[in-house]
Amino acid sequence: MRVVIAEDLFLLRDGLIRLLEAYGFEVAAAVDNGSDFLAAVRAQPPEVAVVDVRLPPTFTDEGLRAALTARTEFPGLPILVLSQYVEQLYARELLADGAGAVGYLLKDRVFDGAQFTDAVKRVADGGTAMDPEVIARLLARGDTGEGPLARLSPREREVLELMAEGRSNVAIAQRLYVTERAVAKHTAAIFTKLDLQPSDDDNRRVLAVLAYLGR
Amino acid sequence: MATSGTVGVLRTVRGGPVAFARAVGFLGLLLAGVALLVFVVGPVLLAATAFGHIMQDFLRRGVDGMALGGQTGRDLLLGIIGLFCCRFLVPSALLGVRWLGMATRTLSGQWCGVPIASAYRPEPASAVPGRRLTYKERMNWLLNDAATWHDLVWLAVNAVVGLALLLVPLTLVGVGLVAFIIPALRSVGLLHDLAVPPPAFPGNSQSVIFLIGLGFVALGTWSAPWVLRGYAGLARVVLAPSEQTALELRVMHLAQTRRETLDTGAAELRRIERDLHDGAQARLVAMGLTLDAAGRLIDTDPAAARALLIEARDASARALAELRDLVRGIHPPVLADRGIADAVRALALDSPLRVTVTGSLPGRPPAPVESAAYFAVSELLANVAKHSGVRAAEVDLRYSAGALRITVRDNGIGGAHAAGGATGGTGLRGIERRLAAFDGVLVVTSPAGGPTAVTMELPCALS
Repeated sequence: MRVVIAEDLFLLRDGLIRLLEAYGFEVAAAVDNGSDFLAAVRAQPPEVAVVDVRLPPTFTDEGLRAALTARTEFPGLPILVLSQYVEQLYARELLADGAGAVGYLLKDRVFDGAQFTDAVKRVADGGTAMDPEVIARLLARGDTGEGPLARLSPREREVLELMAEGRSNVAIAQRLYVTERAVAKHTAAIFTKLDLQPSDDDNRRVLAVLAYLGR
Repeated sequence: MATSGTVGVLRTVRGGPVAFARAVGFLGLLLAGVALLVFVVGPVLLAATAFGHIMQDFLRRGVDGMALGGQTGRDLLLGIIGLFCCRFLVPSALLGVRWLGMATRTLSGQWCGVPIASAYRPEPASAVPGRRLTYKERMNWLLNDAATWHDLVWLAVNAVVGLALLLVPLTLVGVGLVAFIIPALRSVGLLHDLAVPPPAFPGNSQSVIFLIGLGFVALGTWSAPWVLRGYAGLARVVLAPSEQTALELRVMHLAQTRRETLDTGAAELRRIERDLHDGAQARLVAMGLTLDAAGRLIDTDPAAARALLIEARDASARALAELRDLVRGIHPPVLADRGIADAVRALALDSPLRVTVTGSLPGRPPAPVESAAYFAVSELLANVAKHSGVRAAEVDLRYSAGALRITVRDNGIGGAHAAGGATGGTGLRGIERRLAAFDGVLVVTSPAGGPTAVTMELPCALS
């Protein structure tokens, strides 16, 4: 699987390359700024891109903006954004085009190589990988008790939370100590309650997550 | 054209009576001022004359020639009464004088369109915290403030020149009413009971007399706006602070805000140092120890070493999380990335309230201003969540007339005060203090029962 990496810290870039190669990815390019990243993507769109939010020369949200530009030029280009901190505002901007194939993770998640590469694969396959902290901060807002989300049962909310993190039904079943069929039942109920038309499952999962994050 | 002309005429016609009423209002202030002047100057004069008499007596006749029962005793009593009044009456009277001066400044702006700047020294803190000011402190403050003297001079000038000015429209209207209109009405059978002599123009018909009276009244009313403008101009000449006073006050303000800014800065640094010491630093030490233990075990007990390594990894994640929170508290990343507008949007998303953000900025204010505004909004939203009793708020951002204006509004129970009180008063005071370092102001409107609107205004240039 071809990956393009944009990360300005040499040590982290080096670590990412080694980690991804160890898990069988092919690192097509590893750059340290936004414009080089866009050039690399334009030269040959990768199967997935891993981008740091903060890049030179501005050291602000250069990476995020480069990622959003790449997404408009190549709709649906799978991009996983890494950051030292997570912001709901940025999560929304990434999810805004509704195409899925987006990840937004804290850099700490790199510590667990297996989980991290899992997330990269999920994004490459068109899924989402939202950092648990984004979800946690959403939940910290408490229940405002409005909108279609209020119709979900506590268990369905839990399932939706895990879905937003980007977990598959199997993973959710393991986490909640229930059968996979039970999870499938919950997800079906969630889709119905959120008025999501039957279409392919992946797309509906993304839309459900969007409804969840976009409230 | 015709309509605008009509409107203009209507406005002039309406402006007359309004201006007249305002002239009457100013006259009321003037009379109050004269009364106050008596209270301020009276006791001083009384004491001075009385003791002057006693002195004269003493010089003329010596101690033996003075008798407490006679003239000297009366003088002594009057002198003591005068001193007593100086002690207890004069400070309050001076405060009253200042209040009148302030009222004249405000009304001159609101009623006459001639705004007058004010430059009062703020009341100093008492030497003993929590106590009222002593007589000496109070008098020092009042008498060393140039504004008090401006106000006193104004009362005197007002009593002579101001009175003469205000009396022009009042006399014209008064003469018209008393000397012409009322007698005219009486002689046609209305207003029987008024004992006013008949008009001084024998031979004229009642209607002519009535019309002359009306002319007087109209002239008086017409003159009122002009008189009012002149009066406000006079007030401005006397009451406007001198450039030096304005500068002195500015220096005082700057010195105070600088001190407060330095204090806040130092306290903030101490907090950060403590957080680092107790948090990330401690975790890194623990991590080092764990890694060391893992190193020792790696040959003898690989399984235990692995467990320790995992523990160290988790500790590093926790240290990172703590550093993240710390950074958020020092300078939030979104603020650095995107500026105040998006940072406020991010705040809105993280707030437990349903927050609507409106407005936008054409550029970015300087970083320190953005930071102050951000933390102020953050604290205001926290206040809403804690005290307002509602779960929704609105934030409006805009830039106009060289200042960043942010309003935080809620439909809660109201009753918030900047000066203190039940609902987070000290918090508002703290925000006010931090904004003051940027010459920013905080305006709180929060009647009991709500709604509450807190607006901050920070003068700055956008880049």
